[in-house]
Amino acid sequence: MADEMKVAGYICTGCGIGDRLDAGQLEMIATREGRIASCKQHEFLCSAEGVKMIKDDIDSGEATHLMIAACSRRAKTDAFSFGEIPMARANLREGVIWIRPEDPEQDETTQEMADDYIRMACNEVKQMNKPERSGEQELNKNILVVGGGVTGMTAAIEASKAGYPATIVEKSDHLGGALAGFSKKVPSKAPYAEPEDTGIAEMIAAIEADDTITVHLNSKLAKTSGAPGRFVAEIEGAGVTSEFGAIIQATGFTPYDANNLPELGYGKTPDVVTQLELEALVKDADGAIKRPSDGKEVESVVFVQCAGQRSTKENHLEYCSGFCCTTSIKQAMYFKEANGDINTTILFDDLRTPGAAGEDFYRAGQEAGVTFRKGKVSEVDGSLNVKFDDLILGMEDNIQPDLVVLATGMVPNSGVNIEAIAPKDDEEAEAGEQTENDDVVAVIDAESILNLDYRQGPDVPQLVNGFTDSHFICFPYETRRTGIYTAGPVRRPMDVEQAKSDAMGAAMKAIQAAENAALGRAAHPRSGDLSFPKFRLEGCTQCKRCTVECPFGAINEDEKGYPQFNEARCRRCGTCMGACPVRVISFENYNIMTVSEQIKNVDIPDEFDEKPRILVLACENDAYPALDMAAATGKIEYSAFARVIPVRCLGSVSTIWIQESLDSGFDGVVLMGCKKGADYQCHFVKGSEMAHYRMGKIGDTLETLSLEKERVAIYEVAITDIEKAPQYINDMAATIEEIGMSPFKF
Amino acid sequence: MVDVVATNETIIVVGGGISGMTAALEAAEVGKQVILLEKRPYLGGRVSQLYKYFPKMCHPVCGQEINQRRIKGNNNLTILTMAEVTEITGDTGDYTVNVKISPRYVTSDCTACGECEKVVETEFDDEFNYNLGKRKGAYIPNKMAFPQTYVIDPAIIGTDEADKAKEACKYGAIDLDMGEETLELKAGSIIWSTGWKPYDANKIQPYGYDRFENVITNVEFERLMDPHGPTGGKLLRPSDGAEAKNIAFIQCAGSRDINHLKHCSRFCCMASLKQTRYVAEKYGDDAKSTIYYIDIRSIDRFENFYNDVKSNENVEFIKSKVASIEQDENKNPVLRGVNTEGAVRYANTHDLVVLAVGMEPSVDVSEFPVKLVLNEEGFIQNDEANGGIFAGGTSADAYDVNRAVQHATAAALRAVQVVNNISK
Repeated sequence: MADEMKVAGYICTGCGIGDRLDAGQLEMIATREGRIASCKQHEFLCSAEGVKMIKDDIDSGEATHLMIAACSRRAKTDAFSFGEIPMARANLREGVIWIRPEDPEQDETTQEMADDYIRMACNEVKQMNKPERSGEQELNKNILVVGGGVTGMTAAIEASKAGYPATIVEKSDHLGGALAGFSKKVPSKAPYAEPEDTGIAEMIAAIEADDTITVHLNSKLAKTSGAPGRFVAEIEGAGVTSEFGAIIQATGFTPYDANNLPELGYGKTPDVVTQLELEALVKDADGAIKRPSDGKEVESVVFVQCAGQRSTKENHLEYCSGFCCTTSIKQAMYFKEANGDINTTILFDDLRTPGAAGEDFYRAGQEAGVTFRKGKVSEVDGSLNVKFDDLILGMEDNIQPDLVVLATGMVPNSGVNIEAIAPKDDEEAEAGEQTENDDVVAVIDAESILNLDYRQGPDVPQLVNGFTDSHFICFPYETRRTGIYTAGPVRRPMDVEQAKSDAMGAAMKAIQAAENAALGRAAHPRSGDLSFPKFRLEGCTQCKRCTVECPFGAINEDEKGYPQFNEARCRRCGTCMGACPVRVISFENYNIMTVSEQIKNVDIPDEFDEKPRILVLACENDAYPALDMAAATGKIEYSAFARVIPVRCLGSVSTIWIQESLDSGFDGVVLMGCKKGADYQCHFVKGSEMAHYRMGKIGDTLETLSLEKERVAIYEVAITDIEKAPQYINDMAATIEEIGMSPFKF
Repeated sequence: MVDVVATNETIIVVGGGISGMTAALEAAEVGKQVILLEKRPYLGGRVSQLYKYFPKMCHPVCGQEINQRRIKGNNNLTILTMAEVTEITGDTGDYTVNVKISPRYVTSDCTACGECEKVVETEFDDEFNYNLGKRKGAYIPNKMAFPQTYVIDPAIIGTDEADKAKEACKYGAIDLDMGEETLELKAGSIIWSTGWKPYDANKIQPYGYDRFENVITNVEFERLMDPHGPTGGKLLRPSDGAEAKNIAFIQCAGSRDINHLKHCSRFCCMASLKQTRYVAEKYGDDAKSTIYYIDIRSIDRFENFYNDVKSNENVEFIKSKVASIEQDENKNPVLRGVNTEGAVRYANTHDLVVLAVGMEPSVDVSEFPVKLVLNEEGFIQNDEANGGIFAGGTSADAYDVNRAVQHATAAALRAVQVVNNISK
């Protein structure tokens, strides 16, 4: 490619743009003020003919950079798709003519809006370069699976089937995890009527027969460093250090400690057991199931559901572990199968057997003669007297069985809660605290699992109840550590079938991470983005803001405190760029200058013109689409004084932009990002939160400039807020009318 | 002409709801060639008709926006809308899929400027709003519709209305001569993700959905609460347009019932709990919600959500399978049954009843274009006999969105395994 930059501009006059705006004037502004090499008009730019015109210019070398003034950057992306050629899009349709009324008295300000968007786009694109891919890593198809239970084994087997070798690191001396101790499992196939074989033996056999699966027993990770495509794991026990493309954490759960339940008789008599202990009893039984205390054959058994779960009592689990209802039905069937006369009673509050399999199995349990009673157990004493409140009959009742089984829950093996242990500098202590980890009831494993050599701590961040963080609904696998996917009960409580399915999904994501890292492409949500953060060492003051604020722990520090970027860990949100006070971090296609130049090139009218300027920095994922959709209604307007700039994430917003805009005479600044906190909607998890934190300090800047604090406002905007988002802009216009124009006009 | 290249290393995904989109994207982002077929004129399926998701109370369009951007930026993925599979032949690694593409009558030259919609006058029931509102004969199915391309209703083809629409289009994007097309595509593996449909409430005779205007379904309730829905987000009861303030939610309406759907649809408890939150957010202490239930199934962290709802004094829980609904002179539904906690009979009057209807697999057993192993409920089993055809999302079981997405990601791996073994 020629070194010389040739910015070619294209103005579409279709969709009413040409009717509402003076396109000739826009073209003149593009060439004279925007100083771009060429500018053409087309009445239907997204048509095959219009697109061909652009492509011809690219092919002939007349266009190395594109300024396309037409509809929103979200529209007509199929047509305006020119590979990695830098392109800026001036949003004249949704951003100007659709959001402003057709009214001759408004024509002047509407045209000014369009004029500015042309100036902005021309100057933005000049700061953009064709991104090169990150070359820090090559294709490494090996997948590291941490944990050798049913989840980990499934992940390894399925990755191998897709052609990706897997290595299992298991801390115990055998594969199979909790399920290996089970007699049978809940049925996975129709008609879902009888407990079925666990399948563990077949899985172990498959692993042993597969020469692309390596197993390290009695092993754990002493240290994990690197990034997707080049993870290095020191495997203690096995005494090897190996490289991997991606990691699946399938470390499962620890059974809830039933010693916390003396009121349910646990510890008072050996005849009160947990579900897992019952599995062992059944496995060891030769024929009849005998109770532990005296070996008497069990003739009646009571299952206590939700033991220590769904409860806000101290040391109890608030959540429902989901697997225990069907497990109790299955265990009741063990007894019924041995002897149909055995009394089996399940005491439950809500019986939770979802899906086709769950409900069919519940019916099978009823048909097998298992008794279900809606009752809340208040006490089990040392002589196995089970006292409960029968919620249907509304009376106290009691049963005295031979054996009591407690359906206790799952506590995730998620390692260290890094937000609880993270070393904080003063500012960080204020910034980072948001997640709901305070309510973790049982910290069962303070030992790290991954031992990540990451600045932000040794394990994957947690979200609610100690389970690992995830976007939960739309993107359940997205953890905050790129290329490390969690699956099974460490991600959320689940049963065997779900864990197996979850393992397959995690294997899919791991394979994808390895492949994309090799191509130097970003992972979700900016999948395919070839840019990555570039860093200018000379200017760095070692302030550590970037290493602290990165939501994905992508940046380490060297001995001197300089940031060490790990490109394949990066999600390209730009939070580091927004954090950097000295502007040394940039992306080829998005940087401090791409936005600064837009701000600087907005025409600021004289104070006495009474035409204020409002800078709107809107998250491109939610707030910007909301503004587009508001425009598409044809009914909503926002102030013609607004100039909207989409940003990758509000976390990428540099306070320098705010300062520059106020310095140059903008009268107000509105920031719009996504919801933060435990129910966050920010696609970069912490970006919006970081922006709010930084803006909390913008008051100082305003004070230095002797400006009113109302001139800067920050909002949480959802993508559906198509009334609210424009309203926030209009509110700022009203505020300016009230407090007056900025004194910083030329 | 639709021009698509497919080989036996191609993965075909049938159904473009959240599961199909996810499966298609996950496979395409690992470098596979994927063709996504969607019957409707837009992607997004049933989730695009929801107002908010539980438990985060966030909006489905937010995740859709990200998925749409992923699609826009991925050259491995081809999307065909208004496309239906008519036949599948062959076996793992070598399938032939026959596809029928219905005419949209609008080409990709459409700029979504909306001029055609302005001139067309004929109105039709709006299927996006479960027929609670009207749309024009030239329409964009919803604000976030992807692709952002208009559709001409086939019913106006051959009328002046169609000619008016064509004339109004400055971009020559309306092609009234467009006809049905058929394609024959090769594929190595197929992901079946046609999702679900709400159980037909008319079949639950004692609840009078077909007789009482103020008995509606949970999916209709979503549209009513959506500010972009047919009532602008106002909870107006159908009989008289009055705002509903005393709402009953009936759980397991046609679910967990051998006369209807045998299975538990999993999402309905949470959906109703979520819907009481809509009511609370909108009306505060001025409105009351009552949930009639058998078991509340709020598994995992959803329990916290349940607890939050329980702590609201304006939400009442009655453990009962409602026996019947009648209507009083003001068209208020009167619910009769027995509260099993204490065995008390009741006859409770509400001003609106929402039936929490369950998930029925979208495709009837008899209509599958290929023989597959299904369970009695009609969900596709994970069975080797199905060869290279895998269920993704709610074609496999009743799931809520997060589990459907999880399942679809796993299905993508199954398909990738097949085509990777071909290319080996």
